[in-house]
Amino acid sequence: MAPQIRAPSASVRILRFDVVQRTAHWVNAGLFGILMTTAVPLYFGSFFGMVLPRHTVSEIHLWAGIALPVPIIASLIGPWGARMRRDVRRINLWTREEIYWLRRMGNTSVATLDKFNPGQKLNTIFTSGAILVMLASGAVMQWFRFFPVSWRTGATFVHDLFALAVFVVVFGHIGFALTHRDSMRSMIKGWVTELWAARHANGWFDEHKAAEKPAPPRE
Amino acid sequence: MAVGRRVFLTMAALGAAGIAFGAKVQSFGVSIASGVGALLPGGDHFRIYSVSGNYPAISPDKYRLVVDGLVERRTTFGLADLEALPRTSFVKDFQCVTGWRVPNVHWEGVRLSEILDTVGVRPEAVALSFESYDGTDSESLTLSQARLPDVIVAYRMLGAPVTTPHGGPVRLYVAPMFGYKSLKWLSAIHVVDQVEPGYWEQNGYPVNGWIDGSTGPSDPGSS
Repeated sequence: MAPQIRAPSASVRILRFDVVQRTAHWVNAGLFGILMTTAVPLYFGSFFGMVLPRHTVSEIHLWAGIALPVPIIASLIGPWGARMRRDVRRINLWTREEIYWLRRMGNTSVATLDKFNPGQKLNTIFTSGAILVMLASGAVMQWFRFFPVSWRTGATFVHDLFALAVFVVVFGHIGFALTHRDSMRSMIKGWVTELWAARHANGWFDEHKAAEKPAPPRE
Repeated sequence: MAVGRRVFLTMAALGAAGIAFGAKVQSFGVSIASGVGALLPGGDHFRIYSVSGNYPAISPDKYRLVVDGLVERRTTFGLADLEALPRTSFVKDFQCVTGWRVPNVHWEGVRLSEILDTVGVRPEAVALSFESYDGTDSESLTLSQARLPDVIVAYRMLGAPVTTPHGGPVRLYVAPMFGYKSLKWLSAIHVVDQVEPGYWEQNGYPVNGWIDGSTGPSDPGSS
């Protein structure tokens, strides 16, 4: 009985994002789209004029903001969130090698690549942090009666700076997605090929293989 | 290493510090927000509001301001009439009740007290009601508030005639109060015997929109 050694195949698919994660991602992306689209006339009313009355635009912005935590929380809780929770742990934990990789902006080879590269991890962490900060500063701006004026001004300041950062990061994210079709497809259809995983996420691929039950021996 | 948690918590801390102290950063004159805003188009830092959803376009030569009610002489001012009255100008912040602030805005116009003296206020008068060409917005001030030296009917701001989005050709600027008191597209002033809450007051904002002392750009009564 020979041990099962098989080259990673380009025709065998591995699940990278399950349907819960994909749904959470695209609902979140949709909300970001609404928030960013409505942010533009709210910031630059004097430049863009008004397509919709400001009040309507700000209502849409407000409700999209309030909805923002929903897909994230819903995808993390419950038995359906197991995969999401595992990936959050994965994104949290970094090896020294990964920190080095990020410092070199990816211009280095790393022996063990996780399911997500350090850039992808940082994007997720930044986006989570930005969501928290935008919700907090947005809440101070919306329910301003409960806060001193200096806080409201500070919240506006924070909301502005983070908004700028969010625009840069989101457009960067979309740029990377469009130039890395295999990664993007995994967020649309869920799967990557074994070959992709072995090349771009070998650490994860090895875990995946180890977790796979060995095929029953043939007679 | 738990890099994710560390970065996330650092961002949260920065955000909290920015909310608590961001206003101080601005008042030190190191206005990063303004710096960022200046890089972007349309960056005069004002957030343009219109309660009616549109900007009434009034050409300067057609502009009229009606002052009536409890006055000796009901008067209609054209833009040139307002400009012929003693003019006043100063540099003051525009502070919105929701938090955003535009520091050091140049304002120019005629003191409201000057207009009141021109038309002659009858003794039973108590307050003013303001109307806007947008047909929806309205505001109120007591007579004593209206007579503060930094309450003006403005026809110039930011070093130019008041633009349509900013409420031009003529708007109110009530320096000691939040921005919603500075009614745009001013069309009429009624001198009345009691305070009639305006549009924003009917929507829950305080009738006396004093900017609180700690960060306010001016104290009541200062010039």
